[in-house]
Amino acid sequence: MINKIAASVAEALAGVADGATVLIGGFGTAGIPTELIDGLIEQGARDLTVVNNNAGNGETGLAALLKTGRVSKIICSFPRQADSQVFDGLYRGGKIELELVPQGNLAERLRAAGAGIGAFYTPTGFGTELAKGKETRVLNGRPQVLEYPIHGDVALIKAERGDRWGNLVYRKAARNFGPVMATAARRTIATVHEIAELGELDPEAIITPGIHVSKLVKIERIATQAGGFKGAV
Amino acid sequence: MSNYQKRGKDELARRVAQDIFDGAYVNLGIGMPTLVANHLPAGLEVVLHSENGVLGMGPAAAEGEEDYDLINAGKQPVTLLPGGAYFHHADSFGMMRGGHLDICVLGAFQVSATGDLANWHTGAPDAIPAVGGAMDLAIGAKQTWVMMDLLDKQGRSKIVSECSYPLTGIACVKRIYGDLATLACTPQGLRLIDLVEGLVHAELERLLGLPVAAG
Repeated sequence: MINKIAASVAEALAGVADGATVLIGGFGTAGIPTELIDGLIEQGARDLTVVNNNAGNGETGLAALLKTGRVSKIICSFPRQADSQVFDGLYRGGKIELELVPQGNLAERLRAAGAGIGAFYTPTGFGTELAKGKETRVLNGRPQVLEYPIHGDVALIKAERGDRWGNLVYRKAARNFGPVMATAARRTIATVHEIAELGELDPEAIITPGIHVSKLVKIERIATQAGGFKGAV
Repeated sequence: MSNYQKRGKDELARRVAQDIFDGAYVNLGIGMPTLVANHLPAGLEVVLHSENGVLGMGPAAAEGEEDYDLINAGKQPVTLLPGGAYFHHADSFGMMRGGHLDICVLGAFQVSATGDLANWHTGAPDAIPAVGGAMDLAIGAKQTWVMMDLLDKQGRSKIVSECSYPLTGIACVKRIYGDLATLACTPQGLRLIDLVEGLVHAELERLLGLPVAAG
């Protein structure tokens, strides 16, 4: 019998090793797996490489993880924000390595990892600082840059509903990086707000088939920005 | 010195909106370009794309009705129009890179006469770089339009023969909608599309310090 439902965040995160590459979903207030990030802080793995679109906001979530000093490198597209003071301090102090990646390249490099692609050529970034030192080629009359996949050891994502086989459905724009990160990591852990019986999720509407998911944990729907709901559900 | 009135932000947004056609799939960049949505002519059906995974994006959410799972690229709560769709990030940027969007409107620090774009980084040594979707947007849409004031606060032209700021993309800007004029960027340089009333062609060339071919 397959049962990917974990009883707790701690159980789901057991075994994340020092030196792991951790893919963390979310964009803005949508789809951030806050409970799993807090769990990772508790769990204590060190020397992590984190992949996320941003580099943390305020003092909670990813910013709190960075603050522990356990993240040695971040791969992201948009670190600088009005409230990215934790990252800014670490970066200016030379305490964290930054690999800045155009957002679409970030998504496609994750997709490539999940799809078994060795590398790919893309026009994005050609002739810019972010393509410096990279191989280029003119294809279809257009100059392109060779980009490599980003493989994760573990992906932490947030979905809306799931079942014990690990099938996932997302909510609105909270889908963002979840489906590609789920494919790109050796282990994917998802939080969901509802657990459905097998067969209850419409097979035509399942976005992440369970093959890409290792564990899921049910979390409460919190009336916070990260939870996606401010008012009543 | 000729006597002319610059286009204000809303007037500029209205000018851009005039050139958006019925049925167009459009991405409006963060900042000034988002104003264009307020000026789309009535009766036009335009599908707005948001890079985080939305097509058919509607106006900002009303107060008290914000849903923080439904936000735009600027991370503001928005709405979805009937017919709208959600998709993941790789699909969203595939849509962009694959040339499926008709128009993308962006802000800029500098644009070269041949359409090189600099809009992601000032290159200042102490600045923390952040690129987001700028490079994907610049080269992805069928047409990339820039919307900006043509002169900086010191009166220097933001249209240049060669960008001094770090590049976002090469020869990717088709048109510049400015507060003084609308211009096309071509391999041969700038071509005039329109001028604000009272401004003469020679004066525009003097302000920009660049030749502008007649339209």
